[in-house]
Amino acid sequence: MITYAFQRLLLSALIVAVAMSLLIVMLHVVPGDPATMILGPRATPELIAQTRAEMGLDQPLPIQVLDFFGRVLRGDLGTDVFTGRAVGDIVFGQLPYTLVLIAVSIAWSAALGILLGCYSALRAGTWLDTLAGIVSVGTLSIPAFVMSLYAVLIFAVGLGWLPAIGAGEGVVDGLVHLILPAFAIGISWVGYVARMVRASMLEVMSAPHVRMGRAFGLTQARIVRSYILRIAVQPAVTLLGTGVVHLFSAAVFVEVIFARPGIGALIVSSVNERNYPIVLGAVLVTTVIIVLATLVSDLVVALLDPRQRDAL
Amino acid sequence: MTSTTTAPFMPPPSWLSRFLRGLRGERTGMLGFVLVTLIVLAAIFAPWLSPYDPTAIMTGPPLAPPSSAHWLGTDNLGRDLFSRVLAGGRVAMLVAAAALSAALTLGVALGLLAGLGPRWLDNLLLLIFDAIRSFPVIVFGLAVVTLVGPSLFTVVLVVAITSVPIYARIIRTQAQSLRSAEFVLAERAMGASLPRLLGIHVLPNVLGPLLILASMDVPLVIATEAGLSFLGMGVRPPTPSWGVILNDGYNFIRNSPWPVVAGSVPIVLVTLGFTFLGEALRDIFDPRLQKAN
Repeated sequence: MITYAFQRLLLSALIVAVAMSLLIVMLHVVPGDPATMILGPRATPELIAQTRAEMGLDQPLPIQVLDFFGRVLRGDLGTDVFTGRAVGDIVFGQLPYTLVLIAVSIAWSAALGILLGCYSALRAGTWLDTLAGIVSVGTLSIPAFVMSLYAVLIFAVGLGWLPAIGAGEGVVDGLVHLILPAFAIGISWVGYVARMVRASMLEVMSAPHVRMGRAFGLTQARIVRSYILRIAVQPAVTLLGTGVVHLFSAAVFVEVIFARPGIGALIVSSVNERNYPIVLGAVLVTTVIIVLATLVSDLVVALLDPRQRDAL
Repeated sequence: MTSTTTAPFMPPPSWLSRFLRGLRGERTGMLGFVLVTLIVLAAIFAPWLSPYDPTAIMTGPPLAPPSSAHWLGTDNLGRDLFSRVLAGGRVAMLVAAAALSAALTLGVALGLLAGLGPRWLDNLLLLIFDAIRSFPVIVFGLAVVTLVGPSLFTVVLVVAITSVPIYARIIRTQAQSLRSAEFVLAERAMGASLPRLLGIHVLPNVLGPLLILASMDVPLVIATEAGLSFLGMGVRPPTPSWGVILNDGYNFIRNSPWPVVAGSVPIVLVTLGFTFLGEALRDIFDPRLQKAN
């Protein structure tokens, strides 16, 4: 288990390194120059050359990549082009909001999804099962940002029950402001998780060791708890691990639509300003978090079911 | 007394007849097929079906609800929403076709390289694929937009690049398993060249599942395009796109719900249509693809 964890950790670090290098390489392969973008069409060639030198863009590519990683490892993510503040401060100042949003979304959708999936599997074929299936497919078809728009339309504008702007002050107000955004992000996941848990539970329920348990007279509840759940929950965990990527995408939209602070909103506003250092820094932090999340979910799966520790 | 006549030779059923016959058993598949056909036809014939020019402003009062003159109402500049939705459908289908063909081509090429080529190349490509997959599509798209600027091309590029790893992995697995398949070894023993092996033996086995998966990816592609355009990072005005319609609707959401409805309903219909169709195709042609997810 320990060696597996180490191997995965190393691989994850490598993936982050490759991802960031790709981004920096793209900078050169793709037409368009960040310095020109920032300075605008009226910039003189000397000004462009000077900005490029300041941003380190005139050095050979491998040096730029190494330089970037050198600075990152020392804790310096660059400085904001417009305000001169450290990118690290800006990014980590916004990060908690996004993390809270994603954590709450995962929590409620995983809980409800697993519950629904279990229930559907145990009562397979009943009208409840069919209904749950239809609802799952329905919510799966609606992208998160469309769902957010409808949430605002129905609950904020139409009914006026819940706030649609900002993150609120204090804990209770903050939670109230989280309701619609977390709902919008989580709702499509409930369906997904429920479907997966249902399918894998049905598979496990007909496995030999479970039938042995029943033959020995163990109660249904005991069997579900000790044998089925461990294995059935596993695809849901993997799903959520790889789903962090999609969750971040959804969070970007939700933060923009609900005017909440967070990394998503930061990236969008920086892109609009062509604030290249912040974009790079924020993308780096996002990638690290996602890779970490995938790593954690893989390790949890390996913990739950030793058969899953496949060779790299 | 047994008959001495032999049955006439029946050629094996073509893909089309298998598909149509199989479709009869799948109600959701039929619905999906109908939806997709309608959407594709509407996209192709959009200019003839639109009652107004999608970019013409003040064809009616702004933010008007649906009426006989404007089937879906008007947006904040008085543009007819129905015409804009049709035009947006064109953009969506265009992006889906372009991005998926690019992703398939590149994915097949890289997958074959990874599966059939040297081990180090395989490992390197896998690493790159995993790296691409750890970027959220939107974040990747935003980063690309920072470098290239927003445009339709940017959207196609972003979607294509993020879809390549999925297809490449599948091709790679298939190529690896075929590498040591008996019929391949036999062909090589008889002196078949690599292009012949690929073209006649490897590719046909592999393209079928790939096309089915691609059709199930269309909803994601369209949602990504709508999302990027919603953020102002995709299609530039005045070209309408469902995302642009939604953005206008969002800015005026307190005044009228109709632009939001007009922009979102097509997205949901496209998603449902292609998902049902894709699942039906998979069930008819390759039930082995059926997994829990």
